[in-house]
Amino acid sequence: MNHLLVYLIIGAILFVLGLFTVISRRNAIAVLMGVELILNAANINFVAFAKFSSATLDGHIFGIFVIILAAAEAAVALAIVLNIYNNFRTINVDEASSLRG
Amino acid sequence: MLGQIIFYVFAGITVLSAGVVAFSRKLVYSVFALLFTFFGVAGLYVFLEADFLAAVQLLIYVGGVLVLLLFGIMLTNRVADINISQGNTNRIVGGIASLGMLGITLYILFDTPWNTIGEKVMPETVSTIGELLMTRWLLPFEAASVLLLAALIGAAMLARRSGEGEGA
Repeated sequence: MNHLLVYLIIGAILFVLGLFTVISRRNAIAVLMGVELILNAANINFVAFAKFSSATLDGHIFGIFVIILAAAEAAVALAIVLNIYNNFRTINVDEASSLRG
Repeated sequence: MLGQIIFYVFAGITVLSAGVVAFSRKLVYSVFALLFTFFGVAGLYVFLEADFLAAVQLLIYVGGVLVLLLFGIMLTNRVADINISQGNTNRIVGGIASLGMLGITLYILFDTPWNTIGEKVMPETVSTIGELLMTRWLLPFEAASVLLLAALIGAAMLARRSGEGEGA
């Protein structure tokens, strides 16, 4: 059944799994993986709506921009993670807390 | 019929490997499960007639982001240790929040009368996307190029060891 709802459900499940990863992981890189899952879920929704309710390619364009942003975000975030590791010797997001008030 | 079976195989791969990403105790397993998630999502794009996006997904996510994540893991842990565990916090709070979110989302999904059009042929992807990027979406396209340049410079600047040169 190639129907819009199936894709939306897959997107919802991916989003929730990504959300759970972001909330429950302590390793900063695992948190990043959760963010990637969330972005992929959003992208599935964009492309599904582009096919089933507009039949234009605007959703694809938006998906491409999401992928661009995800790549840039991963690069910068990993640079920050490496810096945190150099300073704290850990990438546990609970322990690197020197800004905590 | 065969197409449907393949579709459900891709959907299953996507969801199950995303589950492994979320629940695996070993970080390296999570990363390699993420590889299968990206493959599954690329397969779903193919079913949605988004062949260009599927190719981009494979190139950038599998070829770029995933390698970057692996580098991050290798650089911040003992390399030979495949059993890098990842502690979890907030499992209960996160589980409640995620299940609540899933419930709300599914309720909305099933409750909304989605406005779909019938079987319409999508325009040809690659040439149309190229045209759209150069006409209607030119400004976001240029903004994205500036953003990528900024990310490139920023990442190189951040990842540089302090001591080489000034600052950082």
